[in-house]
Amino acid sequence: MRIRCPHCGERDNGEFSYLGDAAPRRPDGMEASAQAMHDYVYLRDNPAGTLRELWYHAAGCRSWLVVTRDTRTHAIEAVEPARDVARARSSGEAA
Amino acid sequence: MTTLALQRAEAPVSATSADQPFRTATGGLIDRNRPRDFSFDGRRLTGYHGDTLASALLANGVRLVGRSFKYHRPRGILSAGSEEPNALVELRSGARREPNTRATMAELYEGLEATSQNRWPSLALDALSVNALLSPIFAAGFYYKTFMWPAGLWEKLYEPMIRRAAGLGRAADAPDPDTYDHAHAHCDVLVIGGGPAGLAAALAAGRSGARVILVDEDFATGGRLLAERREIGGVSGAEWAARAVAELESLPEVRILTRTTLFGVYDHGAYGAVERVSDHLAVPAPHAPRQRLWRIVARRAVLAAGAIERPHVFGGNDRPGVMLAGAVRTYLNRYGVLPGRRLAVFTSSDDGWRTAADAIAAGGGLAAVIDTRTSVPPHLRRMAEAAGARVVTGGYVAGAKGHLGLSAIQVVDGYHSTETIACDGLAMANGWNPVVHLDSHLSRRPVWDEAIHAFVPGALPSGMQAAGAAAGRFTLAECLETGARAGAEAATACGFEASAEAVPQTDPESVAHTPLWRAPKPRGKAFVDFQNDVAASDVELAHREGFRAVELLKRYTTLGMATDQGKTSNLAGLSIMAELTGKDIPSVGTTVFRPPFTPVAIGAFAGHHRGKEFRATRHVPSHAWAEENGCVFVETGLWLRPAYFPKAGETDWLDTVVREVETVRTKVGICDVTTLGKIDIQGRDALAFIERVCANPFGTLPVGKARYAVLLREDGFVMDDGTVARLAETHYVMTASTANAARVMQHLEFCRQWLWPELDVQLASISEQWAQYAVAGPRARDTLRRIVDPGFDISNQAFPFLAAAEITVGGGIPARLFRISFSGELAYELAVPAAYGDAAWRALMQAGLPYGITAYGSEALSVMRIEKGHAAGAEINGQTTARDLGLGGMLAKKKDYIGRLMKERPALTDPDRPILAGFRPVDPSDRLRAGAHFLALDAEPSLEADEGVMTSVAYSPSLRSWIGIGLIRRGTERHGERVRAYDPVRGADIEVEICSPVFVDPKEEKLRV
Amino acid sequence: MRYSLFSVLGQALRGQRDWTPQWRDAAPQEAYDVVIVGGGGHGLATAYYLAKEHGITRVAVLEKSHVGSGNVGRNTTIVRSNYGLPGNIPFYERSMKLWEGLEQDINYNAMVSQRGVLNLYHSDAQRDAYARRGNAMRLAGIDAELLDREGVRAMVPFIDFDNARFPVKGGLLQRRGGTVRHDAVAWGYARAASDRGVDIVQNCAVTGIRRENGRVTGVETSRGFIRAGKVALSVAGSSSLLAGMVDMRLPIESHVLQAFVSEGVKPLIDCVMTFGAGHFYVSQSDKGGLVFGGDIDGYNSYASRGNLHTIEDVMEGGMALWPGLGRLRLLRHWGGIMDMSMDGSPIIDRTDIGGLYLNAGWCYGGFKATPAAGFCFAHLIARDEPHADASAYRLDRFATGHLIDEKGMGAQPNLH
Repeated sequence: MRIRCPHCGERDNGEFSYLGDAAPRRPDGMEASAQAMHDYVYLRDNPAGTLRELWYHAAGCRSWLVVTRDTRTHAIEAVEPARDVARARSSGEAA
Repeated sequence: MTTLALQRAEAPVSATSADQPFRTATGGLIDRNRPRDFSFDGRRLTGYHGDTLASALLANGVRLVGRSFKYHRPRGILSAGSEEPNALVELRSGARREPNTRATMAELYEGLEATSQNRWPSLALDALSVNALLSPIFAAGFYYKTFMWPAGLWEKLYEPMIRRAAGLGRAADAPDPDTYDHAHAHCDVLVIGGGPAGLAAALAAGRSGARVILVDEDFATGGRLLAERREIGGVSGAEWAARAVAELESLPEVRILTRTTLFGVYDHGAYGAVERVSDHLAVPAPHAPRQRLWRIVARRAVLAAGAIERPHVFGGNDRPGVMLAGAVRTYLNRYGVLPGRRLAVFTSSDDGWRTAADAIAAGGGLAAVIDTRTSVPPHLRRMAEAAGARVVTGGYVAGAKGHLGLSAIQVVDGYHSTETIACDGLAMANGWNPVVHLDSHLSRRPVWDEAIHAFVPGALPSGMQAAGAAAGRFTLAECLETGARAGAEAATACGFEASAEAVPQTDPESVAHTPLWRAPKPRGKAFVDFQNDVAASDVELAHREGFRAVELLKRYTTLGMATDQGKTSNLAGLSIMAELTGKDIPSVGTTVFRPPFTPVAIGAFAGHHRGKEFRATRHVPSHAWAEENGCVFVETGLWLRPAYFPKAGETDWLDTVVREVETVRTKVGICDVTTLGKIDIQGRDALAFIERVCANPFGTLPVGKARYAVLLREDGFVMDDGTVARLAETHYVMTASTANAARVMQHLEFCRQWLWPELDVQLASISEQWAQYAVAGPRARDTLRRIVDPGFDISNQAFPFLAAAEITVGGGIPARLFRISFSGELAYELAVPAAYGDAAWRALMQAGLPYGITAYGSEALSVMRIEKGHAAGAEINGQTTARDLGLGGMLAKKKDYIGRLMKERPALTDPDRPILAGFRPVDPSDRLRAGAHFLALDAEPSLEADEGVMTSVAYSPSLRSWIGIGLIRRGTERHGERVRAYDPVRGADIEVEICSPVFVDPKEEKLRV
Repeated sequence: MRYSLFSVLGQALRGQRDWTPQWRDAAPQEAYDVVIVGGGGHGLATAYYLAKEHGITRVAVLEKSHVGSGNVGRNTTIVRSNYGLPGNIPFYERSMKLWEGLEQDINYNAMVSQRGVLNLYHSDAQRDAYARRGNAMRLAGIDAELLDREGVRAMVPFIDFDNARFPVKGGLLQRRGGTVRHDAVAWGYARAASDRGVDIVQNCAVTGIRRENGRVTGVETSRGFIRAGKVALSVAGSSSLLAGMVDMRLPIESHVLQAFVSEGVKPLIDCVMTFGAGHFYVSQSDKGGLVFGGDIDGYNSYASRGNLHTIEDVMEGGMALWPGLGRLRLLRHWGGIMDMSMDGSPIIDRTDIGGLYLNAGWCYGGFKATPAAGFCFAHLIARDEPHADASAYRLDRFATGHLIDEKGMGAQPNLH
C-alpha cells in the first residue's frame, strides 16, 4: 500500500503506524460523561467502504494524517494533515 | 540474450548421438560449443549452455524424472515452463539443497547436480508405488473418514506415517549459505512478460522516453518466439525478439530484468518481483546475492504474461512422455531436442497440427494425429499422412500405456472403436488459458470468454491492462498489435507522446479450437491435477459428497493446491464439475489466484534481515568504553545495553552486580541512561499541554525544577512514567522509559496535532541528540564538581533534590543537569550533546577515580530500583492502574487529563485489585523468582485461590537477601502476612512475607543530602 | 453413512459410489427456533451443540457463501490453551478438552494433532512473563512447562542459537497444544449438525434483521424472510456490518491477517513454534507445507489480502529464527478478516435486543476457540444465561472495566 504524505510524498505503508477511525471526538473537559468517553474509546463504525482514519508517519515527518480510504479495495481518496482537519473542525463548530 | 538468440544462425557442431541421443543434429538456441556436464540421480550426463535441466534430460532420453505426491506414480516432463507440475527435483545438495525445483526452469550449468525426490529406494523402483494399487481406497478425502480409533494412535502412528509419505523433496539441512538482496525501483510503465506482446509494449512505451521496466521469468527474452517457427517482417521470431531486445537495451530509460518473476501485485501500483541473479551458476560469485527481491512501483502496468496450455484428461495422461503440445514445440525448436522418436499428437485445435509439422521438420517420427474435431483442413491431414502418421478425426485418446514411460496410446475413433497406437511421446493440444493470475491478486475476478473457451481478464485494477495471449489474443499478429497499443496507451497515460506503430507482417495462423474437457470413457485414472494426484473420479466423488462450490472442491480434493497452484489443472476441474452439476463453467466459479505467481524463496523476502542483522542494533554513547572494559551487554528492544561490567576475579554475574550496587550505595557509580526517551516541549501553551497529558499536576512546577510524571492511556491504565523538567518559562523536557519512548512520542504528537491543535506547543524528539548519564552515590556531587564548569553552583543548597538546569561542563560544552534519582542515592542525570557522549563518559570515570567510581549496568540499576520499590516494565505492563502501583495519591483532582474518566470504572477502582507490595523470603536462603503466583498458605492451588503475582525480584546486597515486588490483593493492608510464592513451572513453592515495597531508605534521606 | 475403516474399504470396492453429501444443502424453511448467521466453524459448532446438548433442532445456519468459506479455512490451524488471564483460561481449556474428543464425538477425522506449542523467549523479562502465564495455567490444571535453552535445543535444534540478534534463552511449552486440519472442522461440524436435523443453508446472505417491540422476529435474506425465535450472530469479520443492521456499534474493528504456506517438504518440524523477538510462528502440515504467520497488517480492511511490508516482516522473522528456511519457497499467501476487539478478547453475550445474541471479537484466536465458542454460545442461546466458562466475555466489560487484555495494549485493536 502506498500513502501520499502531504509533506514527504508517496511512501510505503510500512513507514506509517495506524490508529483507526477518525470520527470519534474526545469529550474534553471536566463535564464529559463516562458514557461519552466509553463510546469515544471503544465504539467504532467499522464500515466496509469509505473510512476516514488516522495514520502517523512514524518513519517520516511524524505528522498525523487523516486518510480517506475504502476498506474493501484499499483505494485512497484523500490524505490530509490531521492538524488541518482538526482545526477546520473546531472552526466549523465555532462558526 | 542477444547472442543466444542469434546462435541459431551459426553453424552447429554436431553432437555425438551416443552422448545425447535425442538431440537433433542442428537447430535450437543452445550453444553446442559449450557442453555442460551435469548429473541426475548420480548419473553423469551432458547438455549444452542454453539448456534447461528438462531439455538436457530429454536430450539424454531421460523421461522418468519424479514420483507423484500420493500414489507415487512415475512422472516425466509435462511442460517447458513455470507451470510444470511433474518434473520436480532436488537441485544441489547439502545446505544449498532446493527441493521441488522445476526442471523446466532450472538453467543448466556446469556441474549441476539434481536428484529425484519422493521415492525410495530408487526412482525406477519406488516402494511406495504400492499406494497406486491402493488408490481405490485413497480417494479424495478418505483420511477424514478413518484413522479415528483409537484416538491416541493419531499422533503416535497414523500421522507420522502420513507425514513421512507426504511432502515431496527434502529441505536443506543447514543454514542457507547464500545472501539475498532487496532493490526498489520506480517506473512509468512496467511490462510483465518478454514475449511478442511484452516486447511490442516495451518498444512502444520505451520509444516515447517513458521509464520502462520489462520483467521476464525466462533467461532468454522472446517468450514463445523462441519456441515457434514463426516469421515477423521477414525475419525469424527469435531474430525479431533479439533485435527488439537490442533496441530496448539502447534506450536509456528502459531496464530489462531477465530471470525475474513478477510474483505479486499489491495495492497502489506496488509489484513484487524476484530476480534469480545466480541460480544459473553453481554458486553465486563472491559478494553477489543468490536472488534479489524487487519492489517495483509503477504508474502503469502491461500484463503480457502469455498463456498456459491445457492438458487433456484421459486415462494415464500422467505417463512420462505425455506432454503439452506447445512444450513439445519448445523442445524441438528452442532446444533441438526430440521429445520422442515416434510422437503422437492429441489435439482439439489447429495448434496441435503445428506440433506435428514441427516434429516432421525436426526429423522426428510422427506416429499419429488424433483430432477430437471431425473436420480437419485437408492440407494438414495430407501433411501428416505423408509423414506416415495415422490420422484419426472425431476421436480421442482414452488411455496411455507404459509403466515408466509412454509406449502406446489407446485411441477411440468417431465410430467408438478402439485401436492401440505405439508411440513414445504424446503432445496434447487442448487450447490455452490466458495467465490471469496477476489480475486477480487485487481481488478482481476473471471473466469467461466463450469464443476462446477460457477465462480472460475482467475489469482490471486502475493502471493495469492486458495484452497479447494474456488478454486472450492468441495470434502473433494480435500479440504484436495489442502489445504495441497497450504500451503506447500506458506511456501516454504517464504524459509521454507515444503511438503504436504499424505491426510488421507475420505469417498466417489459425488458432481455432474446440476443447474436449475430458475423455468420455477414459481407460484408467485420468488425472486433473498431476502433482496432487487428483483424478477426474475424485472430482466426481467431491460432487457426490456435496463439495460442489469451486473452493470446496479445491479444498476437499486438494486440486490446484500443489506447488504449481493448479496452473494446468484448475479449468479441467471446473469443467468436470460444470458437467456434473449441469451448469456452465463460469457459473461453477473461478478459483481466486493468490500470490505468489510461482513459489518464491523465503530468503528472498527476508533479504539482509537475518542473523545479527535481523534488526538494527542501537549502541549507547558509552558503548566503545564499555566494550573496552569487558562489559556484558543485553538486548533491550533495538538497544544493546550494558548489563554489567565484570572485573577480574569475579566469576559470577551476581558477584559483579553486587559489587556495582555496593559501590553506588557507598561511593559513586555511573550508568548510561541514554536509552530513555527525551522529548523537548516548547511553546506558550507547553504547560497547558503537559497538564493534559500527565495525570499528576504541574501547575506549580517552577523554572529550574523537575518532577516525576505519570502518563495514563485514555482507557485509564498507566502508559508510562518519567520526569518533566522545566528549563525555562515555556521550555520543558520530558523523559519516557526506554521501552515506551517511541510510543509516548507518537501519543504526544497525537494529542498535539489531533486532539488539541489550538495549543501553541511544539514537540521534538531529542532522544538521539543527547547522551544522558546517571551519576549516583554519596560521592556523586564530588565527582560532578570536577567536570562541571566553574560558575555553576551544584551545592545542595543551590542545586537541591529535583533541581534542573542548563549548564556547561569540561570547558564550555553545553549540558543539562537534573538532580533526580532512580537508585535512591544522591544522584544526578547529566546530559551532553551526543557527540560529546563518549568524552563525557570517560571524563566522568576519570573524575570519579579518587572516589572509587564504578560503571554500572542495567542489572545493578534494576536491583536498586527494586530495593526502592519503583515500578518499571514488569509492573507498568498495560494492565495496571496508577493506584495498583501505589501512585494513586499523586493524581490530579482538578484538571482534565488523558485517562481521567476511564480510570474511575468500577473494575479499575475495585479495592480487591492486586496492588504493589514488597516480598521477602521467610527463609533468607530461598531465592525468589518473578512470575510466581501468590496463594494463601493453606490454599489448594487453583485459579480461584490466585491472589496475585511476583513481578520483579533481585538479590539485594543491602539486605543480604532476595527481595521482590509484586501485585497482590489488598497488598498495602497486609504487610507482615505470609503467603506462598507458587512457581510450579520452575518447581518452586516458597513462603514469603508481604512488606513495604521500599526496602532501602524508606524516609528518602539519602537522596536529599 | 458412518465413517470408519470398514465403510472406506467397502466403498473402495464399490468405486466410492454410495457416498452421499456430507451435509444436506437445505433450502430455507419459513421459520426456525434459532437462526444462526454465519456458516463458519463457530456457527456450525453452535448449531451442533444446540442440537446435541440442548435438544434444539429447529435450527438454521445461514451462510452467504459456502460452508467454511471464511476464517475457519484461512487460519494457521493452531490450537492451544496457554492463556494467562482468568477470564480466558477456563474457556480455552474447555476448547482444548473438546478438541481432544472431537473426532470420536462427530465421527470425522479433523486430524487433531497434539504435537506441542512452543513459545520462545529471548530475555529474562520475557521468561518471567511466560513463567507467570505458565503458572496461571498450572493453577487451572493445564499443562505448561518452562524450558531452558537446552530444553528448546532438544526440540528444535535447527534454529539459530549462536548468531541470533535476539538469542533464544528458552521457551514455554504446552504439549497438549498443536494443530487441527481447519477445513475438516467446518465440514465435520456441518455433517454432524445436519445429521441432527439442523438446516445448513448456503448462498443465503442476511440483508436485514427484523425487530418488533425490542425483540428480533427474523432475518431478511437473499432467499427471502426467515422467521426466528432467536437470532445468533457468528460472523467474525462481518460482525460490525450485521450489528449495524440493528444500529449497534461494536468495540470491534475488522483487520486483515495474512497467513502463508510453503511448498511441501518431508518432515522438518514436529511442533508449533513461536518466535518471541519478531512476528513469526510456524508449524508443518501433514501434507508437508510449512504453515506460518505473523502480525496483522494493522489497518482496517475487508479485503482478504495484505501488503508486502507485512510479508517481508514475517519472512524476516522466519529467517532470523530459522536460517535453514532460506531456500524453501513460499507457495501461497492470503488474508482473513479478523474481528479485532478492543481488549483482544472475545464477546459471547446477549444484546440489548431481545433474542439477539452475539459471538464476536475473536481477533486471531477464533479457530482454536471453535468447539468452546460453539458449546458456550449454544448454552447462552438455549438457556439465556452465559456458560460459566465464558462468563467474562461480556459486552459491557468495556464500560465496567473488566477487560481481558492479555497483552496490555489497551483500546487499540491492531496492537492485540
